[in-house]
Amino acid sequence: MDSGQLFNFVTLGYFVAMVLFIAYLATRSDTIALGARLVSVAGLAIQTLAIGMRWYESYQMPGGVGHAPMSNLYESVVFFAWSIVLIYLLIDIKYRQPSVGAFVIPFAFLAMTWAQLTLNTSIEPLVPALQSNWLTYHVISCFLGYAAFAVACGVSIMYLIKIGKEEKGEGPIGGILGIFPSVRVLDEINYNAIMIGFPLLTIGIVTGAAWANYAWGTYWSWDPKETWSLIVWFVYAAFLHARFTRGWVGRRAAWLSIIGFAATIFCYLGVNLVLSGLHSYGG
Amino acid sequence: MNAKKTSAPDRIWDFFCSLKLTIFNLLSLSITSIIGTVIQQGGSAEEYIKEYGTANYQLFKKLQFFDMYHSWWFVGLLGLFSVNLICCSIKNFPRVWKFVVAPMLIAGDGTFKNSANKAEFSTKESAKTLTSRLAEELQKIFTKPILTEADGKQNLFAQKGIYSRFGAYMTHLSILIIMLGAVIGTVWGYKAYVNIAEGTEVSQVWPRNGNQPIDLGFSVRCDKFEVEFYQGTQRPKEYRSLLTVTENGKIVIDKQKIVVNRPLSYKGITFYQSSYGPAGTGSFEIEVTDNKSGEKLTVNPAQGKKVALPKGFAFSVDDFVPSYQSFGPAAKLHVDAPDGTHRTPFVILQNHPQFDARRGGDFSFALKGYKQPQYTGLQVAKDPGVWVVWFGCFLMIFGSMSAFFFSHRRIWIRISEEKGKTLVQMAASAHRNQPAFADKFEEFKKQIANTIDNKA
Repeated sequence: MDSGQLFNFVTLGYFVAMVLFIAYLATRSDTIALGARLVSVAGLAIQTLAIGMRWYESYQMPGGVGHAPMSNLYESVVFFAWSIVLIYLLIDIKYRQPSVGAFVIPFAFLAMTWAQLTLNTSIEPLVPALQSNWLTYHVISCFLGYAAFAVACGVSIMYLIKIGKEEKGEGPIGGILGIFPSVRVLDEINYNAIMIGFPLLTIGIVTGAAWANYAWGTYWSWDPKETWSLIVWFVYAAFLHARFTRGWVGRRAAWLSIIGFAATIFCYLGVNLVLSGLHSYGG
Repeated sequence: MNAKKTSAPDRIWDFFCSLKLTIFNLLSLSITSIIGTVIQQGGSAEEYIKEYGTANYQLFKKLQFFDMYHSWWFVGLLGLFSVNLICCSIKNFPRVWKFVVAPMLIAGDGTFKNSANKAEFSTKESAKTLTSRLAEELQKIFTKPILTEADGKQNLFAQKGIYSRFGAYMTHLSILIIMLGAVIGTVWGYKAYVNIAEGTEVSQVWPRNGNQPIDLGFSVRCDKFEVEFYQGTQRPKEYRSLLTVTENGKIVIDKQKIVVNRPLSYKGITFYQSSYGPAGTGSFEIEVTDNKSGEKLTVNPAQGKKVALPKGFAFSVDDFVPSYQSFGPAAKLHVDAPDGTHRTPFVILQNHPQFDARRGGDFSFALKGYKQPQYTGLQVAKDPGVWVVWFGCFLMIFGSMSAFFFSHRRIWIRISEEKGKTLVQMAASAHRNQPAFADKFEEFKKQIANTIDNKA
């Protein structure tokens, strides 16, 4: 059994978890919710093991190839999926809202599917520029931050769906929407997730700058990746300040959260696929 | 609204303090920043005209889109952003500072009545002994309280995490510090590069923008440059240079190895491994065998240089390839006969030294090696502001964490005697994350209740 096979199980696990979370929306069965959580936890555990195995496998290769599995696009997508599930489960411990899972776990499933089906899974030796501990810290903090933003985006979508129905005032909300947390709770999860993500993104940008300074002698060069990370930072900073401003809470805050996540994804993937710059390794 | 609010200076002040301006600044900075990620920065006029046409080129040039992060309007936006930060902080700081210099040691009736976290007990114990026991208990479960006596009532006040009220200010200040560090680096620092051929030294470097070299005040020699590849591949594993720094004829750093991600610093100037390339012509090591006598000699010619051989013959190396088909390094040679005729060129292979003996002729040749001297390409940076930037970054991380993850928590307990009974009133507040604090307060309440004996 190698890490590649384990990652396939993980992908399958997240698929099952996603289906169960969606089934929960339809059935409101606590048993299904419990099942969805257990499958997610199992998926996360197997994925942790698989990431550890891939790390170990890299050190078994000849010629000093060994490195933390966070260096190319495949490895980062896998770590992104891992982070999403981890952050979701942590938030679930606090809020106990399985309906949120139906809007968050699909991100993890899509990431794993994309990684397993289309990306180059082989362990590559690191070019000299990537041989830095800063890289590991940079990747870990960035992706935990991105994952928190993914959760925030998921609940923001729920918020917009629910408030749209609520404002129409068609009596008590039943059906699937009835099982959504109240808009107040959705707003709170959104805010808390971004409160977790924002300092992590800040650490990610700072460790990235420290790495650039060690590798190239300049901590900031306005390269597209750096600039986009700053754009993301500005959007979430605006979100955090919007909470204290009348007219910017509720709907607009939810939209800012969704725009922030779209900018995050562009920063992560769009810059490599569409633009060019120092971060060309990732593509 | 009072009349003072509407005067012009007040309105201007309110504008610069407003959160609406903050949101405008943050969103406009993020939207305008996109331009520089789509339009290449610092390119040449020809490239831009080819890409966008002359008319657009003129327009973009006027709008400073080709160096937009240093354009007057982007720097202006950053300036407005800073002014907004400073004004907001000036406006709100005194209110927060009051929590430090004038903590609310005594809570009023309103606090005990309206607080979200409150409790009340009454007991037959005397106020005096109960107060000291409650103070001890509070120290055990929360933190050491301050006792204030007023109107014959005992007031206990305890607080934790007051610094978290400053988290936002620390974060705001950190942005200004980072900007300051960037300015220091721009004004008193430089970015440059230098190429040093193996065995040579330099004492000047070339700035990236500008063409006057900068004197280092010391010299840097490249003793050796090497590329290491991953076993059995063409993937580079490590680029390394051995550098020696000499100042006033004395060696101050001797043969230090630098690689990518591990630069060398001396007197605030840092040298980063960045590129490499061939320096000058290489030399071959060739063993020549006289096929008649069996005599051997070794020569080290450069490419194209004629080398004399016994009996009036000569040869020269015409060409070299590091990999000839699948045979590895190969050189193309020709021999000149004593009468000056140019004989047919032939190829010798480093990995097959016996190969040329089969060609016949007067001499046979074996390629033993090829040495190409390299130069190492170094980025050179002097940035006296970098530590200011790192301090700002540290403050930003610490500030944002304390703003988001910690809260200022306060507990008040008032012990008063009325009608032969002792009344204990308790209230608490947290300025953030109230639900979690409410759970914590339930615990405090139980522990305080257990401390009180003889409840009435």
